[in-house]
Amino acid sequence: MNRIYMDHGATTKPDPEVVNAMLPYYNEFFGNASSLHSTGQDAAKALNRSREIVADLIGARSDEIIFTSGGTESDNLALKGIAYHKKNAGKHIITSIIEHPAILNTCKYLGEKGFSITYVPVDGQGVVNPEDIAAAITDDTILISIMHANNEIGTIQPIKEISKIAHEHDVLMHTDAVQSVGKIPVNVDDLGVDMLSISGHKIYGPKGVGALYVRKGTRLQSLVQGGAHEFGKRAGTENIPGIAGLAKSVELAKERLEEDEKHLTHLRDTLIKKLLDSIPYSYLNGHPTQRLPNNVHIRFNFVEGESLLMMLNIKGVDVSTGSACSSKSLEPSHVLMALRLPPEEIHGSLRITMGRENTMDEVDYVVENLIEIVKKLRAMSPIAPKD
Amino acid sequence: MYSEKVMEHFSNPRNVGEIEDADGIGEVGNPVCGDMMTIYIKVDDGRLSDVKFKTFGCGAAIATSSMITELAKGKTIEEALEISRDDVADSLDGLPPVKMHCSNLAADGLHLAIEDYKKKQESTR
Repeated sequence: MNRIYMDHGATTKPDPEVVNAMLPYYNEFFGNASSLHSTGQDAAKALNRSREIVADLIGARSDEIIFTSGGTESDNLALKGIAYHKKNAGKHIITSIIEHPAILNTCKYLGEKGFSITYVPVDGQGVVNPEDIAAAITDDTILISIMHANNEIGTIQPIKEISKIAHEHDVLMHTDAVQSVGKIPVNVDDLGVDMLSISGHKIYGPKGVGALYVRKGTRLQSLVQGGAHEFGKRAGTENIPGIAGLAKSVELAKERLEEDEKHLTHLRDTLIKKLLDSIPYSYLNGHPTQRLPNNVHIRFNFVEGESLLMMLNIKGVDVSTGSACSSKSLEPSHVLMALRLPPEEIHGSLRITMGRENTMDEVDYVVENLIEIVKKLRAMSPIAPKD
Repeated sequence: MYSEKVMEHFSNPRNVGEIEDADGIGEVGNPVCGDMMTIYIKVDDGRLSDVKFKTFGCGAAIATSSMITELAKGKTIEEALEISRDDVADSLDGLPPVKMHCSNLAADGLHLAIEDYKKKQESTR
């Protein structure tokens, strides 16, 4: 029996068309895009085409796309690139407490280097209040970075409003769109952002490649020095196979966005309803509708997340959790803590993130098995009510 | 991540439940931390005639509490007190370093249950 993969928030399987799009650049078209001969120029053509495709998905110009090694590098480049460039103008950055570690730990690092960071809170459903951002802005603020959609609970942030506030105060706006690109419409002018991070392996593309959108006129310092690649913003011979793969996955995402959104939203809402209806003491984490179409995140009282995950694993289902026991640091998810949930309830959460290939039959299988698994674990639990 | 023995005890835990008229009860951990075990013991003629557990926790927590009940059942009080934190982990063919605290909890839970039994014995004299 094939496993049922429902951890698309962690990574996705590259589409066969993506793999096929990459192979020529490991074979016949292996050239270095900076070489002036034909072999090199064939690679350069692929690089340029890929850049146009990625720009097109998000409504950008192709010279506004910098290819990187992934979402984490893009986030680092956005934050540090602006911070180092603007440090004489100001040293204050605003972000949220539920960002991905690529943002949070980069902010922490900048904090240690003399920048001051404000981490705005979220409400009980994980939504940032634009007013909190406005209140935090000072004359020293140079950048605001708020993720478009949260990787754990799927909450979609009011980026448009926040960008407006940023620009009213002459502050740059970045968004980590790693989880939203390809799942919901993402347009840089609609969102009003100056920078935006993209990752290939979240959208059925290859690992090890991503991009940072940087609006024309936004200057930032490079992190990796060397050759003049990527408009002098990111040195290193371009990963043409990876970039071609990213471009193909973006192309497919554009074609399939509407259909995927519909299909996934239907699976998501059915799964949420069935689980909440059939398992007592179960609750949705995050916003019910301002939420990624593929994200289900539910806490089950009186049982622990890693146990839930392992029992589902035995049944052939791949999901993830935010419990303390499942993390290397033994700390529970910072996102769930930010929702101010009762601490003992945080541990019983499961994140189920579906993808294109998942079906309603698989949703039903997961529901059937989770009902039994939760019963079994509650029977063992010293804190479950006796029913 | 987990050994076969751990997975076996996790999938088919032994001695799950409560003992209504337990001679000793040991509670360790707490739900805020994400790990909590309650060990129940019945003592007859200085031996642990029955040991049961209830656990809220991860795979390792369930496996270590199941294992400790298996190790302790039938032993004398003195023998049971000697069951160490390492004994639990070793019987399970080892635990990932980050999960060793689960075997600590299980052993501590058993010892607390025995202490509880001894206290009860003293108070009935």
